[in-house]
This record gives sequence, C-alpha cells and structure tokens, in this order.
Amino acid sequence: MQSQFPLYPDQASNFASSVDSLMVFLTLVSVFFSFAITAAIVYFFFKYHRKQANDVGVPIHGNMRLEAAWIVIPFILAMTMFGWGAVVYVEYRHPPQDTLDIYIVAKQWMWKAQQPTGFREINELHVPVGRDVKLILASEDVIHDFFVPAFRVKMDVVPGRYNTMWFRPTKVGRYHFFCAQYCGTNHALMGGWVTVMEPPDYAAWLSGSSGAEADPVALGEKLFVEKACSTCHLASGLGRAPSLNGLYGAKALLADGSAVTADDAYIRESILQPNAKIVAGYQPLMPAFQGQLTEEQILALTAYIKSLQSQPVPAKGAGVAPATEKK
Amino acid sequence: MSTSSTAPVQTLPREHYLNATYGIRSWLLTTDHKRIALLYLASVTFFFFVGGIFATMIRIHLLTPTGYLVTPENYNKLFTMHGVAMIFFFLIPSIPAVMGNFLVPMMIGAKDVAFPRINLLSWYIYLIGGCFVLYSFSTGGLDTGWTFYTPLSSVYSNSAVTPAVMGIFINGFSSILTGMNFVVTIHTMRAPGMTWFRLPLFIWAQYATSIIFILGTPVIAITLLLVGLERMFHLGFFNPALGGDPILFQHLFWFYSHPAVYIMVLPAMGVVSEIIPTFARKPIFGYSFIAGSSIAIAVIGFLVWAHHMFLTGQSTYSALAFSLLSYLVAIPSAIKVFNWASTLYKGSISYDTPMLYALGFIGLFLIGGLTGLFLACLGLDIHIHDTYFVVAHFHYIMVGGAVMGYVGGLHFWWPKITGKLYPEFLARVAAVILFIGFNLTFFPQFILGYLGMPRRYHNYPPEFQVLNVMSTAGASILALGYLLPMIYLTWSMRYGKVAGPNPWPATGLEWRTDSPPPADNFHVTPEVDWEPYDYNNRPDLGLAAPLAPSPAPAHGDD
Repeated sequence: MQSQFPLYPDQASNFASSVDSLMVFLTLVSVFFSFAITAAIVYFFFKYHRKQANDVGVPIHGNMRLEAAWIVIPFILAMTMFGWGAVVYVEYRHPPQDTLDIYIVAKQWMWKAQQPTGFREINELHVPVGRDVKLILASEDVIHDFFVPAFRVKMDVVPGRYNTMWFRPTKVGRYHFFCAQYCGTNHALMGGWVTVMEPPDYAAWLSGSSGAEADPVALGEKLFVEKACSTCHLASGLGRAPSLNGLYGAKALLADGSAVTADDAYIRESILQPNAKIVAGYQPLMPAFQGQLTEEQILALTAYIKSLQSQPVPAKGAGVAPATEKK
Repeated sequence: MSTSSTAPVQTLPREHYLNATYGIRSWLLTTDHKRIALLYLASVTFFFFVGGIFATMIRIHLLTPTGYLVTPENYNKLFTMHGVAMIFFFLIPSIPAVMGNFLVPMMIGAKDVAFPRINLLSWYIYLIGGCFVLYSFSTGGLDTGWTFYTPLSSVYSNSAVTPAVMGIFINGFSSILTGMNFVVTIHTMRAPGMTWFRLPLFIWAQYATSIIFILGTPVIAITLLLVGLERMFHLGFFNPALGGDPILFQHLFWFYSHPAVYIMVLPAMGVVSEIIPTFARKPIFGYSFIAGSSIAIAVIGFLVWAHHMFLTGQSTYSALAFSLLSYLVAIPSAIKVFNWASTLYKGSISYDTPMLYALGFIGLFLIGGLTGLFLACLGLDIHIHDTYFVVAHFHYIMVGGAVMGYVGGLHFWWPKITGKLYPEFLARVAAVILFIGFNLTFFPQFILGYLGMPRRYHNYPPEFQVLNVMSTAGASILALGYLLPMIYLTWSMRYGKVAGPNPWPATGLEWRTDSPPPADNFHVTPEVDWEPYDYNNRPDLGLAAPLAPSPAPAHGDD
C-alpha cells in the first residue's frame, strides 16, 4: 500500500522490483558517500576553525595511498552499478518469445492502441495480468515516448521506424501512462490509463468490444488491392514479385546472399523503401510508398501479410528460406 | 572579516583600469581584458535576469495541477526560453568569459590575452547572437525545448525557431574565439617562473574548458544551422518523411551539449580549487590530481553523449558502451571532491563568504554528481529518463554547481575587480539563504521524478501537487538569495570599504598588484619563485610561520 507521501509509484510489472532494487542500491551508496564527505567537511570546518587572524594551516600536499583508494573504490562501485543496470536493461531490450503484441500509434497529441483482434482504443490500453506484452510503437509526426511509471518502463516513439518495448503486468489495476518526450503544445495532456485485467476479464472485454471495429486484416487486404500490390505479389509465386504466403516470421533471402527475418520492421521498410533490401532473384521494380501511407495503413498491410503466414508457400517464387529454418 | 580588522587602513590606487580612460567609447572599444570581462558581466547578468523571470513564471504556474498563469503554448515557450537564455547566454559564458577574461592574464602574470581585439570581437559576436535570440523571444517566442529535437523543431513548431538557431550559431563563434584566445594565452604568455605545475588550478580548468569550446562548439553550430536550413528550404536532414533521421540530430546535438555541461561546471571547479586553499591557508591536497582530472573530464566528456539516448531505440551494445564511459567520467569528479575535503584537514579555516559558497558547491555538486550515476545506470534510466529526476539532477549540477561557483567566485574576486569589500555579514546570510532555497526548490523534484512526473508538463496529476508547491516555495527563497548579492554588490561599488591589494590574503599573482589593478595589470613584470597555494614560504603575506615543517615537494604533491 502507498502511504500519504509515497516515494515510489505502484509496483505493477516484472520490471518494477528490479528497477526499485537498483534505486535502493544506488541511493544507499550515494547516501553513504554524501554523509561521509559532508561529515568530514563539517567536522574539519569547526575543528580547524582559524583561532588567530594570522594563523596558517599545516602544509600537507597530498597522499598517494589516499589518492589510489579514492580512485579504486569508486571505480569498483561504479562498475557494479554499471553491470547491474546493464543486466536489467538488456532484459528490457530483448522481449521474450510468444508475447501479446499490441500496436501503438502516437500522434500530436493522442495515443491509439490496436489490440491483436484489431480493436482500437484511444488514450486507453487494456492488458491481461501475468502475460508478456510487447508494444510496437510508431509515430505519425514527432518523437513521443510511451511511459508507464507503475511498470517502470518507457520507450521513445520515433517517426520513420518501429521501436518495441515489453513488460509483464503483475497487478490488476488502473495506472497512468504519459508521453515523456516533449512533443509540442499539448504534450502534458497526451496521456491516459493502462488497465490491467484478469485474463478472463480481458478476454471478455476484448470479445465484447471488437465487433464494431474494422478488421485490420480486411482493411489490409483492401489496401493490398487498392495500392496495386496484388498485381505483382501473386500468391502463386509466379508474379514479378515474391509471394507473401508464409513470409511473416520467416527468413527472407536477399540478393546480397544474406537473410533477414521478416518482422514488422522489415515489412515496414520493404513497403516504404523497397530498394533497401531486395529479395534474391527479383528486380528492384517496386515503387517506394514513403510518405504515401499512414502508420495505421502500414499496420493494416502488415496485419494482412501476417494473416498469410498460414497460407501454403509456393515451391518457387516465395523468396523465403526453406520451412525448416522457420521458427 | 577577521583579516581586514588587523590590516592597516587601505586607500584606492590613484590610477587603475577603471579610471584610466573615460567615456562610453573607452568601454565599447576597449581591448583591456578586464573591461571586456565587465562588459560580459553586465550582459550575462541581463540574460540571467531574463532567464530568471521565465523560471519564476514557470514555478508560479506549477503551483496547481492545472496551472492558472499561462496557456500551454506559453508554458512551453517559457521553459524553452528559460533554457536557451540560461544555458547559451548565461551559464556557458558566465565563468569562462567573465572571470576567465578578468583572471587568466592576471593569474599567469600577463598584460592581456594573446589577441585583445579578437577578445573584444567575441563580446560583440555574443551580443549579435543574443539580439537574434531576443528577437526570437519577442516575435512569437520559441517552443521547441532548449534541446531543439527534430522533427518537432525543424518541421512541426510554429514558433520563431529560425532566428533562435541563427542566434546560437552566431554565439558559438564567440565561444570558439574565447577558447582559442585562452589556449594561446596560457601557452605563450606565462610570466617567468610560472611553469605548468605552478599554474593556479583555475587556469587548468579554463584550459580544459577552452579545449571543449574549440572542439565542441563547431558541432552544435553546424547542427543548428542544419535545423534552420531544414525549416527554411524543406531539406531532409532530420525529417523522416523526406528520408532524414531524427535520431541523427540527437547524436550531433549531444556531442556538443553533453561536453557543454563540463563547460559550465569545470570553471566552477576551478573557482572552488582557488577558494578552498585560500580560506584554509594551506596548499591544495593533490594538486596534480585535481589538475589532471580537469583534463580527464574534458577528454572523456566527449565520449559519453549517447547516454541521453538510451531509450531512443539505439542498439543495446551502443547503450552498454556509453553507460560504461559515463561511469568512467564520474571518477575524476570524485577525485576532486575527495581532494577538496582533504584540503580542509589541519587547515586554518575561516568562515568568509567565498568559503561558504565553495563548501556549498561541494555539497550540491556531490548530490548532482551522484544522481548522475543513477541516470547513467541503464536499468534505472528506463524509469527516470525524461522525468523531473533529470530536471533536478542537472539543476544541481548547473545551478547548485556552476552558479554557486560563479557567485562564490564573484565574491572572492570582487575586491580585486572593484577595489571594494562587500558587506560580509549580509553576504554570509545570502549564501545560506541561497543554499537552503536551492535545496528546497530542487530536492523535491528528485522524488517527483521517481514518482513518474515527466518533464515539460504544464499540467500534472493532482497527486504531484504537494512536492510542486514545496519546489515553488523554495524558488521564492532562492530568488531572494540571488537578489541580495545583486543589491549589495552593486551598493559596495560605491559605498564598500576599500579592500587593499590582498584582503584575504591569497597566494595568486592577481593579488600581487593593486585593487583594482592598473590597466597593464602589473607595475613590473612578476617573477614566480613559489609553488601554488604555498603559505609557508611567503613572508610578503604577513602571516604566522607554519605550524609544522613542510615536505615542500617540487610540484605540489608527492
């Protein structure tokens, strides 16, 4: 429970206790050194106060052992802080497998969240407790930052790329989220609430609310035809561009001999700047869609391509590595 | 004033740099480094006032969760203009250009800097840059944050960004010229006997600062020029819609702006390294470690910039490297603090005002520096990045550190600059008020930050109000702490007691000449045959014999 004057926010995710432990460790070290040095200064200040107007101090020029001590000891403590902090950060930057993926699109000055079913909410985010949740962050305009103090997590939302962050909620409740990166006039109003629910409640909430929303797969399929993607990316693999069946999550083989996992970032880049990575055996014919699609349209296309994951992969013309390499 | 009571009655010298020539032209066309220092003093004080008024309005607005003073647009302009005025036009030129100009030639026994006319030019460049920025402030204001992050600044902001970035671009040349002038002066114009290891530590700090000026400033100048070009001609350096990279801007910006923090705090460390041995009347503990740590900070400080960017999506390896390097730069700062504290051991310590400021500096810098370790810690930074924790941390460094050093230095050298003493009791009271007001203003912000209050919010959830009210209350005390010295220092120029050449007494060369000094600084070229901060071989200071024999090493430490 929080007291009247809390010193830390609610602890509601897997990262809360590890970040708070770091905070306690660093605070203890800092308080120790602050008190030790302040006590020494105050003691010397009064103990060696000038008695006679023309007194001088004892000429002491230094001491090598002391210098060595106050180089080595702070160095060891600093490296401990570095190492411990690095462990937490590396865990945070590497999401586990099998996460619940939610897309977040930021724009001045609102947040849109898109659940896996396609249900969209504005300035609200519902997640189930105890499940690893990965947020895939995109911005329509300037840099924003998705920050949930109770989870001790934040990540910049940078236009022109996807960033990801993850957490595992551990406590049911409603928690603030904020925009932490200054983004213009109503930066301070660009926040909302994360609602952590028991998994059955979450499932009920999701099934009760998704009916009215456009299905992103259907929207993506429509765009796929409208933007004429379908004229080259034939499912049969016989078109001028590779079939997208089974692409999502597989390894795409590139013209330079390397392979790249076809994740959200790769698909996004391949739509906006197709010439950045050319699939082996194909010509760089595709026009760039940079600046012609909104982030939400890109998400819909990605959702559609993701839905082709289970479609039969043609023997030729898929551009992906043999199925054995797939996860 | 324990020392001045026993000193004989002092009189001002008949002719000195302030009365050597008269008239407005003699000031505006002066090449005397001491007069240029005073021109800088007047202009940085003006910008401190401008930035201070913005800060006052910010704190009043934040008294209530919804804020009642200004609109969101104007709040964003207030914190942006507060940052730009304080950082680029007050803090960066404060100690280097005011005290550095006055003291660098005097401390090394020179008549002036190496290029006196370039020195005047750099002040005019500063003024021109300042005019551009004031033009921006008064014609629409500036709402990008002092960090000018793209694409907000280069595409989306509707405020007067272009004149502001031009102003900072122009002002950069002032820093570069000042840095170059000091480096050449320190290399070539030291008096006979003034070897490198006899230099006052303030000179080492100025030297390290000058290196950062010369190497870092061109980068910020060009970066902000690119922002201006992107705004005016819709070029795509940083705008992702045109294929640019907004994160590239942050790399370039912090490549200068992180070392810029050391531009602010290194000279303050230099001031403290002068004040502590003077008022403890003994040599500084570990001279070469303090001198070397200034250089180490300047060098390593260039290699830590991306610790501002741990959560931009940069690679994990890059984050690890920059976190490690950030911890390394903490070590030289720690060395300084330990050596200052040890200098007090077995000293003859007085409670004079500059000493109160120096000790206050150590306390506040300690908190500012230690909380820097929190932000350099990768795991912890995930939570506290971009919160009030950061705001509190850098105010402890820049205000608690750099401004305490600056005000303390002003008191220390005020008798030299004006020839007059300030009212000692009032000054001690002001120092204590400043210290208390500062802590009450900024300490609550650490807690606010950990609770999750983001930076740059004109509006906040009600649970954050108590700490914000404490902070605003502290700010009103802090304002009093700044106004008092402004009033009594100004008063003392006319009514203060005559100081005499060396009222403390201190060991540096600048105290071996009149107060105020003659236009050429010294009546005869000084020769140095003593080690720095050496009180036991200086019969000219009129003090008692030392209490114990000195080991008297050749270079100040063993």
